[in-house]
Formats: sequence, structure tokens, C-alpha cells
Amino acid sequence: MTTVLERVTKVVVDRLGVDETEVKLEASFREDLGADSLDVVELVMELEDEFDMEISDEDAEKIATVGDAIKYIEGKVN
Amino acid sequence: MGKLDGKVAVVTGASRGIGRAIALSLAKEGAKVVVNYSGSEQKAQQVVDEINSMGTQAIAIQANISEVESVTNLMDSAIKQFGSIDILVNNAGITRDNLIMRMKEDEWDDVINTNLKGVFLCTKAVTRQMMKQRAGRIINISSIVGVMGNAGQANYVAAKAGVIGLTKTTARELASRNILVNAIAPGFITTEMTDALPEEMKNAMLSQIPLAKLGQPEDIAKAVVFLASDDASYMTGQTLHIDGGMYM
Ligand SMILES: NC(=O)c1ccc[n+]([C@@H]2O[C@H](COP(=O)([O-])OP(=O)(O)OC[C@H]3O[C@@H](n4cnc5c(N)ncnc54)[C@H](OP(=O)(O)O)[C@@H]3O)[C@@H](O)[C@H]2O)c1
Repeated sequence: MTTVLERVTKVVVDRLGVDETEVKLEASFREDLGADSLDVVELVMELEDEFDMEISDEDAEKIATVGDAIKYIEGKVN
Repeated sequence: MGKLDGKVAVVTGASRGIGRAIALSLAKEGAKVVVNYSGSEQKAQQVVDEINSMGTQAIAIQANISEVESVTNLMDSAIKQFGSIDILVNNAGITRDNLIMRMKEDEWDDVINTNLKGVFLCTKAVTRQMMKQRAGRIINISSIVGVMGNAGQANYVAAKAGVIGLTKTTARELASRNILVNAIAPGFITTEMTDALPEEMKNAMLSQIPLAKLGQPEDIAKAVVFLASDDASYMTGQTLHIDGGMYM
């Protein structure tokens, strides 16, 4: 079983074209990983597809770092 | 070989008038067409039948573009049926003309809700799909009066000017994803919408048209085909004035 972290990392690497080693829990999508606001929207869309869930706009706004995304997804899945 | 072979187009308000001509022209170039309508089910079905007889696919879907659930259903059904949305033509529109002094609040609201909010809702509803595709064309039907102003149409003019601003902003937001967004500002085109105008208004408008005649729905449809095709791949955020020279 691949972990949530691994799956999120793959989405982030594919979408933002960053190196896997840069995808740390505390990494901010916008500040550290070079995402613009549209990239973040797209990232959320792809996480929705990857984990087959819906992330509301209000919740999406709170997802700023890799850790935020993982915490959110784990909270929803469990 | 058509210019739009295999593309999927959603045309709002395609049961009559300009929207009907747009749907037929896109289909002629090989596009699969979703014919949206509000109340004219039969007329929409006639457009679908006509497209089918050209050997292309089409379906009619009822939706009120000023209501978000309705719009979501329209786009979801389109994707379910045809697998993508490559072209969105925001064409549906209404008029409720009155002088500002006499204009009722609901006349203002109805026109803004359909002609401006409707364009926003439909645009929002296709962006996810188009962003994933890394390609898309959105073509908004504004009006030349949105550029010039027109006595008796404050609500309509405000909405149509709004559509031009919305077009530019959508173009900027989505350019990096290869989604191209342009508007067309038709002048005076022969449809039920203009047939309903008072004779004096028609004559007044005619006298302002250098080409001295009304336009036909096909004049607009041809420009939509151009904007939807590869021929327009270096164009975004623009408004084409197709008005017999009314505004220069
Ligand atoms: N004719 C002109 O001279 C002229 C000039 C400049 C701009 N325009 C613009 O061109 C567009 C088309 O105009 P037209 O003259 O072809 O108009 P039209 O003949 O009156 O047709 C209007 C179309 O819009 C649909 N519609 C209206 N409200 C709707 C809603 N809430 N949801 C979904 N569909 C709705 C109608 O569907 P139903 O048949 O089901 O009611 C119909 O298919 C409009 O945006 C108009 O403002 C027209």
C-alpha cells in the first residue's frame, strides 16, 4: 500500500515539476514550491481525483503546505 | 475534414436565433454540439435533428444558465455524453428594455442574471475540465451596445459591457493553461430579439450602420468558428465587432 504521503508527493511532483526531496511536510506550495494561485487550485483538483473526494472551496483555502494537505486527506479518509 | 473535427462544443441558447446558427456552423466543421435551451424544447430538438442529418452528433439539454445547479447539470451531462468540453459559446441572452426612469428592479435583475451572471456560471463550470485538458476556447457573445451604450437598455448594456470585462479577466486567468477567451460584439442582427424592437428604434439603428443593412446570424456564427479553430490560436481577451461598421 502506498501511503497518503507518497501519493500526495507524486501529485505535487507531477503538477509542480519539483524534485521529490523538496516535498517536505512543512513546504508551502506557494512560497517553497513555486506554485501560483492557479497551480494550487489545480493541485487541489488533482488531489480530489487521486483520493476520490470533494474538497470544498473553504477547506481548500486552508491548505497551504504539504502537511496541511496530508492532514486534511487523512482526516477525511479515516 | 472540418476545422473542428472531434471537438465538443456547448452553445447556450442554441434553440433560436444567433445561437442556432452558431450550433449549426460548429457542427458543419465537425464539432459535436450540445444545444442548450431554456424553454423551447421543440426548437432545440429541431436543431439537433438538423445536425444529426449532417452526420454529426448533437444533444439538446435544458438548463437555465442563471441558476448554478442547472449549469452544473448542463456541463456534467455534456461531459458524460461526449467526454470533454473543448468549446463553450456563451450566447444565451434576453432583453427587458425600459428607460432607466421606468425600469423595474426585476427587469434589471433578470437581465443581469441571465446575460452576465449566466456567463460567469457557465465559464466557472467548464474551467476545471478545460484546465485538465490544457486546452479550451470560450467565446462570449456580448453586443456592440455594450461598447457604445444605448438609450432604453441600461440593464442589457451594463450586462454586455460586463461580459467584455469578464472576457478579459477570464483570458488573463486562464492563458497559462491554453484556454483562449474572446468575445464577439454583434451589431444589429436579424433574429426574434430584434424583430421585437419598435419600428422607430430599428430605423434609428439602421441609419447608423455604414453597410446600411442588418447582419445575419451566420455573420456571427462564422466568427465563432474562427475563434474556436486553430486559426485563432494567438488571440485571447479580444472583442470582435461584427456590426456593419456601426462602431469604429
Ligand atoms: N439579435 C441581435 O441583434 C443581437 C445583437 C447583439 C447581441 N446579441 C446577443 O446574441 C445572443 C443571442 O441573441 P438572439 O438574438 O439570437 O436571441 P433570441 O433569438 O431571443 O434567442 C435567445 C436564446 O437564448 C436562450 N435563453 C434565454 N434565456 C436563457 C436562460 N436563462 N438559460 C438558457 N437559455 C436561455 C433562448 O432559449 P429558449 O428558446 O428556450 O427561450 C434562445 O435560445 C444574445 O446574447 C444577445 O444578447 C444579439
